Amino acid sequence: MYDSKNIYSDQLNQTQIESEKYGTQGNNIDLALLIDGLQAEREQGITIDVAYRYFETENNKFIIADTPGHEEYTRNMATGASNSDAGIILVDASKGVLDQTKRHTFILSLLGVDNIFVTINKMDLINYDEKIFSEIMKSFKIISSKFNFKLEKFIPISALNGDNIFKKSKNISWYKGKTLIDELEQISLNESNDNDNFSMPVQLVNRLSSNFRGYSGTISSGNIKINDEVVVLPSGEKNKITEILTPSGKKEIAISGQAVTLTLDKEIDISRGDFICSNKKNYYFSSDQFASHIIWMNKDDMLPERNYIFRFINSQTIGKITDLVHKININSFDKIASKSLKLNEIGYCKVALNKNTIFNSYKKNKSLGSFVIIDQFSNQTLAAGVIDHELRRASNISWQDLYVNKQLRSSINSQKPCILWFTGLSGSGKSTIANIIEQKLHQLGKHTYLLDGDNVRHGLNKDLGFTDTDRVENIRRVSEVSKLMVDAGLITIVSFISPFKSERKMAREIVQKDEFIEIYVDTPIEECEKRDPKGLYKKVRAGELKNFTGIDSDYEIPIKPEIILNTKTKNAEDLADEVLLFLKNNNMI
Amino acid sequence: MELSLKHISMNLSHIEKLESESIHIIREVAAEFENPVMLYSIGKDSSVMLHLAQKAFAPNKIPFKFMHIDTTWKFREMIIFREEVVKKYKLDLIVHINQDGVRDKISPIVHGSKIHTDIMKTQALKQALDNYRFDAAFGGARRDEEKSRAKERIFSFRDKSHRWDPKNQKPELWNLFNTKINKDESVRVFPLSNWTEIDVWQYIYQEKISIVPLYFAKIRPIIKRDNMLIMVDDDRLEIKQSEKIEQIKVRFRTLGCYPLTAAVESSASSVEEIISELLDTKFSERQGRLIDNDQIGSMEKKKQDGYF
Repeated sequence: MYDSKNIYSDQLNQTQIESEKYGTQGNNIDLALLIDGLQAEREQGITIDVAYRYFETENNKFIIADTPGHEEYTRNMATGASNSDAGIILVDASKGVLDQTKRHTFILSLLGVDNIFVTINKMDLINYDEKIFSEIMKSFKIISSKFNFKLEKFIPISALNGDNIFKKSKNISWYKGKTLIDELEQISLNESNDNDNFSMPVQLVNRLSSNFRGYSGTISSGNIKINDEVVVLPSGEKNKITEILTPSGKKEIAISGQAVTLTLDKEIDISRGDFICSNKKNYYFSSDQFASHIIWMNKDDMLPERNYIFRFINSQTIGKITDLVHKININSFDKIASKSLKLNEIGYCKVALNKNTIFNSYKKNKSLGSFVIIDQFSNQTLAAGVIDHELRRASNISWQDLYVNKQLRSSINSQKPCILWFTGLSGSGKSTIANIIEQKLHQLGKHTYLLDGDNVRHGLNKDLGFTDTDRVENIRRVSEVSKLMVDAGLITIVSFISPFKSERKMAREIVQKDEFIEIYVDTPIEECEKRDPKGLYKKVRAGELKNFTGIDSDYEIPIKPEIILNTKTKNAEDLADEVLLFLKNNNMI
Repeated sequence: MELSLKHISMNLSHIEKLESESIHIIREVAAEFENPVMLYSIGKDSSVMLHLAQKAFAPNKIPFKFMHIDTTWKFREMIIFREEVVKKYKLDLIVHINQDGVRDKISPIVHGSKIHTDIMKTQALKQALDNYRFDAAFGGARRDEEKSRAKERIFSFRDKSHRWDPKNQKPELWNLFNTKINKDESVRVFPLSNWTEIDVWQYIYQEKISIVPLYFAKIRPIIKRDNMLIMVDDDRLEIKQSEKIEQIKVRFRTLGCYPLTAAVESSASSVEEIISELLDTKFSERQGRLIDNDQIGSMEKKKQDGYF
């Protein structure tokens, strides 16, 4: 940018002033400070975040997504690559191909950046030696042969002197190729990878009080003309285009990348989340399961089986990662077995969604093949994913219709089946109260079953430990078992620590709304430790037990439980009666 | 006759891509938020943003309100232009003035740019956002304007007290925007993030968008203060004995509060002339904005406090 004279002189002056304060180049101007826009970056002399900068040449405009290159910034590199047409990989001529070169190549390939320019920098340090350049090129080609780049060019440069950036270098006369900028100017941006397959995710419905009804969205692939036959997904209804409104007004045709509003011949029910596409079969997947690469971007680990929000181009749905097939070492490309993903790790995962969603593979269509994962509570963006292919498991297993259903089973019991879900710290009194309730219900002639955390861990969940991953799976299995019991018509009492909001929410959501009653046994940790009925707290304090809830593993207090039981002010007997009263008031018994 | 695709250019120009990207962003906010507002500052970027919003919902009208935070120190021509635009486009425009600042007679001349900007812009904006309970606010800021803006997300999260946390921003990939917020939190949305100053001018030219006449060169009453050319817009600007009013041909590259916005000497009196002038200039557009450099990292600090 400095070479292209795209930097204004007042910005250079400001950079000079800051260079004297924070610079790494003595009293010389430190150009890095132009890009490191955040105070913390300037103070620490590092680039933390993606910076977007702009420059133009006579023929073209460019947007640079400048990203830091260290392993702990994998997520920033992925962010920068997600919207890029070309990638410039910098290799230090005096050091050759390093782990970070492999990492950068891998990320560019994963995010579908097709044009790569390998610039061998600091040629001045190796006396512009052609042999070293060729060797680096050879060793890079061994790496890139694993991937499938459309365009791959090698350019010897010296960024310090501006050699082969804008101007052909006199020092590198043996290099017959173009300068970096000349190469960049000639990238073909024919990104509409699927010209015949028109697709537009419906972003919003534009309805005028009169009779105008248009569907707005950005065309993600292909072209569309007036009178073209289209199909609306997921309904599959056929229709015809009657009008195309582009940013430059009414037109006969619209192309990939344009934000348009379309009107259709027949009035049908279409809403945000639907797709309007060319009438071709087998181009889209409509499924609730797929396999994808996932780049984890949050400091809280990925947990298989935890419910997250999956955000696609025009819809979002709850889903979970059912299997982490393997993790990838992005320096060696090795596949490693793992139970979870940490910040900046990339894994190959199987995903299951709560409802059918339309998507495609990322290779075929970036817009339909990408998604991000968002936390249900903190709203943080946790991860980004690129879809590989659909999985058909769920659709192969259809539900067996049964003649006797839940209503019939519970009608002979004169009770409404439900789950009484007790949550609270170890030693808070959950099991004691749950036991009394079951006794009282039994005396009333009600059919019950009590699932106790400790007891289930002796059998069904014998294989699980106490890591976060195992705790999530523990609760998932118990939720499914309680669902079956509710289906059998039973009042099901669950007494588990169940420390995480997400899994309690999952348990709540797999049964009907009024069937889940969350009961928070509110006992302060000091009180639990004082009671210590199983002597566990003593063991933790002695260092014999790890991952203990409330001590070195989190307990997330319920936000809106149906019932809160305070064990400091009332005894277990009275608290059990409170729960019974709730059941009576709600016509459950 | 069957239309042949071969005769139509199958690639969008850079400006057309930016245009569609901005429309996509504006529609996304309308689809995902309950109560959005578009901040209208009367400047050229706001004019472009308004133009794009109209395209996004055509032939329907724009489904959200507009708001101008009036510091009471804007150029008079800006206010006249604002009223014309409201009438022409039938905008639902809220004008908010911080009445506490009016009561305390806050002035950029007496209190300096830092206090004036904080009270009449940042605090005023927060008052208005709280008052109307807006959950998303569009701003016309661009990433090429200033380096802390270069690092800000297009959907930029604000907590309950409107603060920006630059070190804890959500990753933003592709055009998959995270629009999830909890109660009383909000987002600032920047549809023009990827536009440059030249892009904006080329678009104004191409689309014939009307802008405040102050952008065009004209002979105006000017005093020189701290190496800046300041226009004498009304009699609140006290002229010191050492200063004298000169008639100079100037224009403004950006518009803000008149005592804080320096003019540049120029003869560019049409959009084409402005574009060719910009292609030659050695200075950035915010060079004339006194508030950017009142301390190192000052825009970042202002933004953390809730400034746009």
